[in-house]
This record gives sequence, structure tokens and C-alpha cells, in this order.
Amino acid sequence: MTLSTATQRDNLLNSLLPELGQLIPAQSIITKVEQLHAYECDAFTTMRQLPLLTVLPETIEQVQHVMRCCHRLEIPVVARGAGTGLTAGSMPVEHGVLLGMSKFDQIHDIDLDNRTALIGPGVRNKAVSDAAAPHNLYFAPDPSSQLACSVGGNVAENAGGIHCLKYGLTVHNILELEFVTIEGELITLGCAALDAAGYDLTAIMTGSEGLLGILVKIRVKLLPVPASTRVMLAAFATIEDAGNAIAAVIGAGIIPAGLEMIDQTGICAIEELMHAGYPVDAAAVIICELDGSIAEVEDELSSVIRIFTDLNATDIQIAETAEESTRIWAARKAAFPALARLAPDNYIMDGTIPRRALAQVWKQINQLADQYQLQVVNVFHAGDGNMHPSILFDSSDDDQHRRAFELGTRILELCIEVGGTISGEHGIGLEKINQMCLQFSATELQQFHALKQAFDPKQLLNPGKQIPTLARCAEFNAMHVHHGEMPFPHLERF
Amino acid sequence: METVAARQRPITQAQSTDLTIDQATNQTQALVDQVRHAYVHQQPLMITGGGSKSFYGRSVEGDQLSVSDYRGIINYEPSELVITARAGTPLHIIEAVLAEEGQMLGFEPPHYTPHATLGGAIACGLSGPRRPYSGAARDFVLGVTMINGKGELLHFGGQVMKNVAGYDVSRLMCGAQGTLGVLLDISLKVIPQPASEQTRILSGNQKQIQNLLSKWGRLPLPISATLFHNDQLYVRLSGTESGTHSAALSIGGDQIIEDQLWQQAKELQHPFFTSEQTCWRLSLPPAAPEIPEYLFKNQLIEWAGAQRWLYSEADHCNIIRWAENNGGHASLIDRNTSDGYTLFHPMSTGLMALSQRIKKSFDPAGILNPGRLYPDL
Ligand SMILES: Cc1cc2nc3c(=O)[nH]c(=O)nc-3n(C[C@H](O)[C@H](O)[C@H](O)COP(=O)(O)OP(=O)(O)OC[C@H]3O[C@@H](n4cnc5c(N)ncnc54)[C@H](O)[C@@H]3O)c2cc1C
Repeated sequence: MTLSTATQRDNLLNSLLPELGQLIPAQSIITKVEQLHAYECDAFTTMRQLPLLTVLPETIEQVQHVMRCCHRLEIPVVARGAGTGLTAGSMPVEHGVLLGMSKFDQIHDIDLDNRTALIGPGVRNKAVSDAAAPHNLYFAPDPSSQLACSVGGNVAENAGGIHCLKYGLTVHNILELEFVTIEGELITLGCAALDAAGYDLTAIMTGSEGLLGILVKIRVKLLPVPASTRVMLAAFATIEDAGNAIAAVIGAGIIPAGLEMIDQTGICAIEELMHAGYPVDAAAVIICELDGSIAEVEDELSSVIRIFTDLNATDIQIAETAEESTRIWAARKAAFPALARLAPDNYIMDGTIPRRALAQVWKQINQLADQYQLQVVNVFHAGDGNMHPSILFDSSDDDQHRRAFELGTRILELCIEVGGTISGEHGIGLEKINQMCLQFSATELQQFHALKQAFDPKQLLNPGKQIPTLARCAEFNAMHVHHGEMPFPHLERF
Repeated sequence: METVAARQRPITQAQSTDLTIDQATNQTQALVDQVRHAYVHQQPLMITGGGSKSFYGRSVEGDQLSVSDYRGIINYEPSELVITARAGTPLHIIEAVLAEEGQMLGFEPPHYTPHATLGGAIACGLSGPRRPYSGAARDFVLGVTMINGKGELLHFGGQVMKNVAGYDVSRLMCGAQGTLGVLLDISLKVIPQPASEQTRILSGNQKQIQNLLSKWGRLPLPISATLFHNDQLYVRLSGTESGTHSAALSIGGDQIIEDQLWQQAKELQHPFFTSEQTCWRLSLPPAAPEIPEYLFKNQLIEWAGAQRWLYSEADHCNIIRWAENNGGHASLIDRNTSDGYTLFHPMSTGLMALSQRIKKSFDPAGILNPGRLYPDL
């Protein structure tokens, strides 16, 4: 910290603290640098920044007060849920307030007749399903981070999970949002009914990464727990066969509850850690979960077995007991710890592509990985085309670090080229902000900025995230082409 | 069962009115030019498709901007569960093409007339009987190409199921009734048609039926539509053969042969509906209490209680207040063919001010369907 920023920090603290103190108890305000380190990054740990201070409000009035103070003093505010984001979305901004929403962790009401829960944004994802379980209900979005992440974070990122192929993303599973504007006004979007009057602003708020307002209350939908669930694991000798099998299941009119795919490196890494009986000689495995009434699931199970067999599955394991199902899933969910054993660092991509391009893109990713001399492992939500290629590297090696991030950009470009997107569920944050310049035109980005302006004219909410400025894009495009040409001239286009 | 290979065949059975790529490009340019011209001259535009939902909203004064010739299916591959089509494409053509591949639009959009277009369906954001079980129109929107009020051609979302790059502008367009942009190309998620479907009928008063529906709602039953009227509950089950069979046993009642009921409910052609009187639509939490008798003369309930249609002579304010106090909202619909209109539930001051700023961010000159949704938007 240079002297001038230290002085600036002190000045800001001197003007902000007395104002905050009018309504926020001292123990809810953190200013000590040692303690602020806990808030300097999310799960994308490569990017870090200390905030001016952290406030942990407990009531909506306190959130409103923080917003009014910051608005008056023009101090940026970054909301934070559980900090499990993978794109530096809740990373603080310099001289800004970090608003930690962890104390908003009450489940206010579970309405059994309407099958909804009214909760605070700090409630953990899994806690909602746990609270609903005695009533045979659950909250469908199930990101792998569900033990830790908050529902506020899920709404802000429009999080998905292994079951979103059939049950939708967060946006499909919420009815009503209460949020506080940067001016401190409390506004309700949506309602307890299935639709609301006026513009569909719950859709705009979902996935807005804390740039439009602070969520303080959320009404989520609860679904009945299916009567029957069956899980199977099918092995394939080639990636093409596995890709065709995925397309054929969907083409046959079956929507599995989960349809996941893992490549050979992934299989081996997982098997070594979990000993789950995954076939280590397969080029790819598919995990398919079917759910519904007992009768329905048995019908679909025989159809899927027939499809996989017709399309050259080399091995099909069908879990006969709940323990066997858990074993198959637990191994899949341990993918990230398993990969972590292969290299010091792991850069997880989140591009989503049309399913038909799966095999082709997978191949091209492997080619790119060879060219960049890095290993890429694919463990992903195949049913909805959401790829999670993980680039393995060692960040202590500067050159590897640079190559890893360049390879990441190339992979995302590839996703855009085949008609996909740079992010299916993790969001943009700061981590993918440059790649937004590849996906959107200048006019589209300006439209995003205009929309942001309607909520936050002074640009104080999570500034610098999600939507790049045109200046930033100009810089990135110049640099990007430069990098593409210099070390790997032959890689420009396929 | 059909073979997998047959189902995977991409179909693009071109209609004679479909545009070629060149024609589409030219038409897009013409529409962009028309909006840009209107923007420069601050001249309001009335956006029209097939005119089937002109009563859904207020009347708009402005030069006509017709998208009904901008039609054709751009891309449809059944194994992707995605269709992309131009806004002027007639809904019935889209549904026929999907049906050929054993697929459908999960939100069962109402047509109201044979001229209904895809653009109108998405702009109005209306959903049919399957709404509580499969989702609303907005739930199926994956991406749009649109023209904003400055005449800029913009593309948001895409053809993939999951996409969190940037704000979800495509879904915002759903139900905005053209006040934020002119929809050109629309990508939708589609769903497989159920292999088997049956309708059952049960009798009971509203309280009994609401209790039953609440109980069923907590069970994993393949219900795909409900309709309650005159102490009769109709329930549609959709799924696999054995799935609907076992569900039928658990819900009881009698199976009826009903080919018209759900179609009639969706199209507001059930004998309950008459276009002579204005009708209220109340959107409520499904288990909201019974509407007090002094507020209506006759009612029909769909969506397991979440959509209630009323004919009423009660004071408008009383109905609006009751809906709001019970967690929902009310709209008043006049389907008169010549000058029908719909009045939507009043918004809170804060929400209206925010909506106006959002409108301004897409349409700074206020030229796109001004007043159609609310006088101030
Ligand atoms: C091991 C692991 C597995 C994961 N698996 C998945 C997965 O399967 N699917 C998936 O989608 N994601 C996954 N993630 C990513 C992450 O868990 C999700 O993005 C999650 O939704 C973030 O929630 P959070 O509470 O941690 O939010 P944070 O990381 O704290 O914040 C995320 C964003 O939300 C904003 N925000 C948080 N709270 C609020 C609020 N109250 N109001 C306004 N804005 C707010 C922040 O400003 C930030 O922009 C995974 C992460 C890890 C570490």
C-alpha cells in the first residue's frame, strides 16, 4: 500500500465510519486489515483485493442505511454471499465497501400449500432442501458447491447444477425477489403467484452479479421429491460414441434428471481418489440419472439401456441400491479434488455449446491443449452442453500461468464459434470480463451499460465487473490479437 | 418406438412463405431503417404481428411496423431441443413442425386466432394450461435478435440451454409487449411430447378441491393441467404409458374422453368465456383463499388455483386490492374484436419509476409501442 492510497483510505474511513455507525453496530463493521483478508477473494483465488471495510448487516434497514451512506459519499459496494464464486464476482474493489450477506441466513417461512420458501439471501443452498425434506420437498438448483454457497449468490449468478437439465436453473426456480437499490430503496420484483405485472425484472436481476441491487429476500419454489431415481454409468471407447449417445437419449424424448460426461484423464483421476469402479480404460463415461414415478423410470431406463447398447457402449453399470447410486455420484462430485491432485492449479472453464458440437469441440480442445503444452481434463454437464474443461497448470511458473489463461481464452472462442457462450453458470465477474468482448458487439455492451444505468446511475454497485467498458475491449482485442500472433501464429483460426 | 435415427433427422420443411437468407437480411435492414427513422423523428411505432393479441394491452397510436412477413424457421434440430424462428412465423406452423418430430412448446401458448405469430406469443408472454408444471413462455426463451428503440440490431442469449454472459435481456423481452424492442429472431427450448395423456374428472366444492390440489402438489405426480368450474375438477396427466396409468390410480376420479377441453381453456373458448363482457384474470399463489362471493358472479380456475378467471360487477378497486392482499395481481380483459383492451395491475411507485428508467434505456425516445403496457411505459 502506497502512502497516498493509505491516506485516501483513512480519509474515506473517517467520512464513512461515523455515518455507518448511526445504525450499524460496531461489531458488524470490520476495518482491521488482518481481518479484511478473509474477504479479499472468492474461490477464484488468483485475483485478490482488500476492501476499504466489510459490513455484515443483519436487517434490511441496515442494508438500506449502508447503501444510502455509500450513495451519498459515492463509495462502491460489492455484495458477497458465501464467496464460492469462480469468477472473482465478489472480489472487493479498492476503496469500496464489501457487504457480506452471511447474517441473512433465516428461512422465514416454508409454505407447504404453495410449495415455496421465503428465505434470506445468506441461506446456504443445501439448507433450503434440508428444511423442506421433512415435507418431501426440495429446492431444485444444486450446484456442486451447494453445501457452502448462498442462495443470494445462486440468484446473482443464475447458478445451475447437475439436475438443471430437467428442473431448470435458478431463474426457473424463484418467484419473488426483494432488493435494495443503491439509493437505499426497497423494491419487490415478482410475487408469490406464477407471474407478476409489468416487466419480468426477476429475470434481469437473476444473473446480474450484484451490479443492479442487493438481494435481501428470496421466495423460491419447492418441488416434490421424485418417487424413484435410478443412476447408471456407461462407458464408451470413443468420444464420438459418447457424444452420439447423449444426443440420442435427448432425441428419443427422454429428459434425464442428470446427464454428465467425464473423459479418460478425469476417469483415472477420480478412480484413483475414490475407487468407485469407474472403467479406467474407457475414452469417456456418461452418468445418467432418471427420475419420476416408479413406472416412468423403469420405462425410461430400458429405453436408455437400449440406446447406449445400440451406440456401442462398452460397459453399462446400473446402480441397484441407493448406496451404489451414491457411489457413482460421490465420485463425480469429487472430480475437482481428484483433479487438484494432478497439478498445483486448475483453471475451470464454463463454456456452453450446442450438444451437436460436443465431440468436435472436445477434439479441438485436446488439439489446443497439445499446442499449448498443457493438460486439459473434461468433466461436465453434457446434457445441456455445459463444458467444464479444466486446464491443469502450475501458477508458480509464469510462462505456464500465461499459457493456461491464453488457452482458456482460445477454448471460449471456440465455444462462441460453434454458437455457444463463454459462461453457462459460473458468471463473468472479473475473470471472464475480457472474453465478453469476444461474444458481444459494442452496441450490445452499450445496451447492457444503459440497463445498468437504469438501476445504478453512479456505477457504484460492483463496478468493473461483468460488463466490460468499450475502452477495456479495445485494449483487450489489441492485446489478444497480439498474443495470438506472437507465440502461436499457426493457431489463429481453425 | 420410432428409431433414434429417424428422430435425429433435422427437418426444415420450408413453407412457401419462408424467407431466403437474402430476403431475411433485406427485411431486417428495412425494419432497422424504419425504427431508426422513427427514432430520429420521434415518431411512435405500433408493432404488429398477426394481430391475434391486439386486445392484450392498451391501444397504441403510431405508424404501423409489421413483422408478419418476417417469417420462417431458421434452425431446428430435435436432438438439441431448440428451435430458432423469425418473429412473424405463424405459431401453428412452428407447432406442426415440432409435432412432426414428437416435440412441442412446453408453455402451450394461446393462439386466439389462426394468425398468431411467434413474436406476438413471446412479446405477450402468455402461457397455457401446462404453465404451472412445465413453465411459462419466459422459461423457454433462450435468445433473441432484436431492434432497440434507437434502431440498433442486437443479439442476446443464444441457442444453448445455459447462458449467463451478460444480463438476461432475452427473458426481459418476454411479456414486455414490444415496449423495449422489436423481436426478430427467437430461440426457444422445446420439450418432448408426452407418450401418453389422459384427462380425469372429479367432483367437489372449491375447498375440497383446493385441499386435494395442495396435497397432490407435494407428490411427484405427472399432472400437466387442471381446470375447476361448477364443482367439477378436470385433471390432465401426461407422461409415459405406465406413469400416467399409475398416477390415474392414485388420484382417482373417472377418465373422460376430452379432446377439446384443454384447447378450449387455452384459447379462452371454453363455454365459460364470452367476449361480450369484460373478464378478470387473477394470478395468485395456488392456495390463495377462495375469492369472496361478493367479488364475482362466475369463476373458472386453472393452474391448480394460480389462475382464476372471473366475471364480476364488483368495484374494480376491490378486486385489485383483494388480489394484491392475497399475494397476486389482477388484469381486466375486454376481448371485443373491434376495440378490445387489457388493463394491468397498478405497480408500486418505486417499481414504476424503475420500469420507466428501463424503458428509457432501451427506447430513449419512447417510440416503441408507447402506452401498450401502461400509460407511462
Ligand atoms: C467447488 C465448487 C463447485 C461449484 N460448482 C458449481 C456448479 O455446479 N454450478 C454453478 O452454477 N456454480 C458452481 N460453483 C460456483 C459458485 O458456487 C456459484 O456461483 C454460487 O452461486 C456462488 O454463491 P456464493 O454465495 O458463494 O456467492 P459469492 O461468490 O459470494 O458471490 C457471487 C456473486 O453474487 C453476488 N452476490 C452475492 N450475494 C448477493 C446478494 N445478496 N445480492 C446481490 N448480489 C449478491 C456477488 O456480488 C458476486 O457477484 C462452484 C464453486 C466451487 C468452489
